[in-house]
Amino acid sequence: MKLSEIRKILDARVVVGEDKLDLEIKTAFSADLMSDVLAFARAGCLLITGLSNPQAVRTAYALDIAAICVCRGKTLSAKFIEIARELKIPILVTDYIMFETSGRLFREGMTGCIREVAIEEKSRAQ
Amino acid sequence: MKKSPAPSEVYLEGVFQLRGRDFVDAGLVSSRIKNSLKNKGVPEDTIRKIAVIAFETEINIISYAKEGTISFYLLPDRVVIEAEDSGEGIENIEMALQEGFSTADDSIREMGFGAGMGLPNIRKFSDDFEIVSEPGRGTYLKSSVMLNGNYRAKDDQDDNA
Amino acid sequence: MTTLETIVETLGLKCKCCWEKLKTEVKGGYAGDLLSDVMANSKEHDVWVTRQVHQNIVAVASLKEHAGIIIVQGAQPDSDTLAKAQKEGIPVIVTELSEFEVVGRIYKLLHEQD
Repeated sequence: MKLSEIRKILDARVVVGEDKLDLEIKTAFSADLMSDVLAFARAGCLLITGLSNPQAVRTAYALDIAAICVCRGKTLSAKFIEIARELKIPILVTDYIMFETSGRLFREGMTGCIREVAIEEKSRAQ
Repeated sequence: MKKSPAPSEVYLEGVFQLRGRDFVDAGLVSSRIKNSLKNKGVPEDTIRKIAVIAFETEINIISYAKEGTISFYLLPDRVVIEAEDSGEGIENIEMALQEGFSTADDSIREMGFGAGMGLPNIRKFSDDFEIVSEPGRGTYLKSSVMLNGNYRAKDDQDDNA
Repeated sequence: MTTLETIVETLGLKCKCCWEKLKTEVKGGYAGDLLSDVMANSKEHDVWVTRQVHQNIVAVASLKEHAGIIIVQGAQPDSDTLAKAQKEGIPVIVTELSEFEVVGRIYKLLHEQD
């Protein structure tokens, strides 16, 4: 799914990364807790979060997450946007809640970057 | 505090100072370490693990200590993160290593941390992990991620070119 | 009408308490881990999907009159949480599925009814 399609499905605004609308993203991870993202999210996924502080961007950077979609129509601070620009991470903002955001993308064929934690842990152990 | 010796200074790549409750730049150390390892040509998988470890370590110091330092080393076979802080320390390390155990307050939770995943995450991504703490004094943590023989320093490659 | 029971059975989730309340209707869903956001934005008869496990989630779900709580990613509720949920009559359901996957499937179920 291209970033431009994600924008359309979520009626989202592109705050950072207008030049990256062709970026292809296949999987997503939804969470407000950054430790969960750090534990389970995979490189190349879309991070769907309601957390609007700069730690969300730095967390995405740590894991090579492709883009962030901030849900619940949160207002982003100048610092958030500045760090996202600096680290070149596209940022979308949607007014939908996380449930609606995840549901819409799932319906259009996006999958979780992990399905179940147990499976994830097994594959990591191998 | 009894702890194993730090790696030789020869391999020291950077030292960062952190102050407690200074959340504004939380995550910055992780980003800097990541950039530095990228420039050295370290494999992406290893960098991601180290970035997670550095991030959680940073959040721990900012959340619970008065001040602390994070150092990182690039050895021929591993990357090492070493952190030392002066702060409240950890009463019961066994408990702190269990997923879900946390003494975080609401301000930390609203930041998206404090769900009791910090130390478990650090241990999970480490190939080698050591933690020593003295309640009321501070905590020392050392974490290593192995390079699995895939890595040859950029400098070496340049020499061979 | 979608009930908690439909969701639990269709998705293969595990109920930890208040089985007698699984016939409750689910009208919508809310996903999130920041309690202040849940307080501000969720609605009654929502099923709340989260990976928070401490007992405060029961107070929030009870106050907002949620149909139930689904704890994701294999996280286990604290014993205090279950005791409180039992007392307040809030079903607590667990799953190994990730937040995105569980929400996606519930969303599909809720919208198939339309």
